Amino acid sequence: MSERTRIENSFSQNVKVGWYLARRDIKQANKWTTMLIVAVMIFTFLNLVVVAGILVGLIQGSEDAQKKYAIGDVVISSFLNRSFIDQTQEVSKIVTTIPGYKYHTVRYGGSVRVESNYRSTINPGEKRDGAGASFLGIDPMQEQQFSGVSKFVIRGEYLTPEDQNSILIGKNLLYEFTPIEAPGFQTLKDVSVGSRIRVTSGNVSKEYYVKGILSSKVDEFDTSVVALASEVRKMTGRTDLNASTIAIQLLPGTDPVAAKQFLLDSGVGEFARVQTAEEAFPKFLQDIKTTFAILGNAISGIGLIVASITIFIVIFVNAITRRRYIGILKGIGINRKAILYSYMYQAFIYAALGIILGMILVFGLIKPAIAANPIDFPFSDGILVATLSGTLIRGLILLVTTVIAGYIPAKIVIRQNTLSAILGR
Amino acid sequence: MIQAKNLTKIFMSGDQKIVALDSLTFSVPEGQFLTVTGKSGSGKSTLLYQLGLLDLPTSGEVLVDGVDMVPVSENERTITRLNDLGYIFQDYAILPSLTALENTVVPLLMQGYSTAEAERKAKKALERVGLLDRMNNLPSQLSGGQQQRVAIARAIGHSPKIIFADEPTANLDSETSDQVIQTFLDLNKEGQTIVMVTHEPEYAKLAHRTITMADGKIVSDILNSGFRG
Repeated sequence: MSERTRIENSFSQNVKVGWYLARRDIKQANKWTTMLIVAVMIFTFLNLVVVAGILVGLIQGSEDAQKKYAIGDVVISSFLNRSFIDQTQEVSKIVTTIPGYKYHTVRYGGSVRVESNYRSTINPGEKRDGAGASFLGIDPMQEQQFSGVSKFVIRGEYLTPEDQNSILIGKNLLYEFTPIEAPGFQTLKDVSVGSRIRVTSGNVSKEYYVKGILSSKVDEFDTSVVALASEVRKMTGRTDLNASTIAIQLLPGTDPVAAKQFLLDSGVGEFARVQTAEEAFPKFLQDIKTTFAILGNAISGIGLIVASITIFIVIFVNAITRRRYIGILKGIGINRKAILYSYMYQAFIYAALGIILGMILVFGLIKPAIAANPIDFPFSDGILVATLSGTLIRGLILLVTTVIAGYIPAKIVIRQNTLSAILGR
Repeated sequence: MIQAKNLTKIFMSGDQKIVALDSLTFSVPEGQFLTVTGKSGSGKSTLLYQLGLLDLPTSGEVLVDGVDMVPVSENERTITRLNDLGYIFQDYAILPSLTALENTVVPLLMQGYSTAEAERKAKKALERVGLLDRMNNLPSQLSGGQQQRVAIARAIGHSPKIIFADEPTANLDSETSDQVIQTFLDLNKEGQTIVMVTHEPEYAKLAHRTITMADGKIVSDILNSGFRG
């Protein structure tokens, strides 16, 4: 008997019989019930992946846009105690020698006041219609190559190198797009393409025509008055050609950290700060992303609990209604573990089917669809953040939870007295 | 082969004590066909459950090949049921989601046979009961008699030492009942030990030996002259 005990209690034997029973049970199960259970698993999986993925994707979309249009893969900016990059011309030359260099753009910046109704007569005590703004100086050709900024011109036209008296204005400076009237935040009313606005930097003022309105969901453009670099230099008194930032794009596959190191090794660090995009992102963005990830996981966790309860109920009802079936199996000598494994297999198969179909939906449909048609949020174009590894981990969590949810009720029913189960008493 | 020593089973119904088996002692030698008869409530099915290790007695011993199976673990009893015992229940107790072949294969797989070998043995058992042509049918596609024959095939498929049959003909018409009893007689002729509970006196007397029970006691234990094995 001892030899037989050893053989028939073997794990592989129980696994084999469990699998045999599970396969036949699923084959004979009601197709609609099976489809319903798998549908619950699919929706649970989507809840796990998509909710958290979209919440994180809101911020990720913003970061991606910042990286693509504003700061590039590596950004050179002035030291915190300086307002410009020393030796900008020299630094620009070094930038083009970075292994994997693609494009760069040199931007000049300053703070200005813009006014729209300065030509009108106003009553004594009444304030002019004006707003504080960033003054962004660009080389139109270079900037277009770098960020394709012209596509963000929603009205009017993009700048040409000859547009010395024209500017582009970000939508956040216009009341029409940002209808806010707060003491500390003013926007310009009645400004459209062709309007004249006055830009004042210190004691220097100049009147510009609005050539276009920018809407990009990137603060760099949306809160700025964009003009030719030469105009910004003139207005801000920068005659030394030293710029505020140099944003650099690298060829795909180039390591930004290596590019940064190259710049530092080339001595750029003496003149300016060199940061990768990840380093340059504001910390609060990362904090929001973390918070949203926690929030998404909490919501997903509730979905996971609901799915676990569903599987628990399904397996429990299945096991209870088949109490006699289980009793017969035990009666003819089938090991309890084999019966238990058959239920765990069933839970596993339901979960695995849900996860596989869910992954097909996520990577074959939802993610590409959202990438092609980003979710239009006020501050970003939301994408779905779903990495293969992260998604697999979530799938694994669902799988383990489901198998446990199948194990517990089956264990409860299988423990019941064999004869009572067979006789149905 | 199998022995009962002072086998006692007491049920409690509220405060009332019901003695279902009252200190029974007897043995079933190898190759014997034993029938157990008695009125309803006499304790014959309860006796079968104790001998078949499906239930635990209140006291006493059940020895299978000299080993007392009462104090051993549930796991040990399960293994003994798998290897040494075969069951045929009154209402067939075959698994509704499995075909006739699959019902017969399951215990064989549990015994460690490969799927191919288990199927080969199961087919042989089904052929033995004349159901090979229905092996891919689900129980719902079989008649009562055919279902009982599947139960017999499952019980004999793994060549157990003893077959226990609990009123196997109770739900069958007379012709099918005769076929089932004939199958038992044929199996016994090949040396199979059988313990069968029956209400039918004409079937009881076909066995080597008949135990008659009343109120949990053995009131007669006789060798049958009409044994046809």
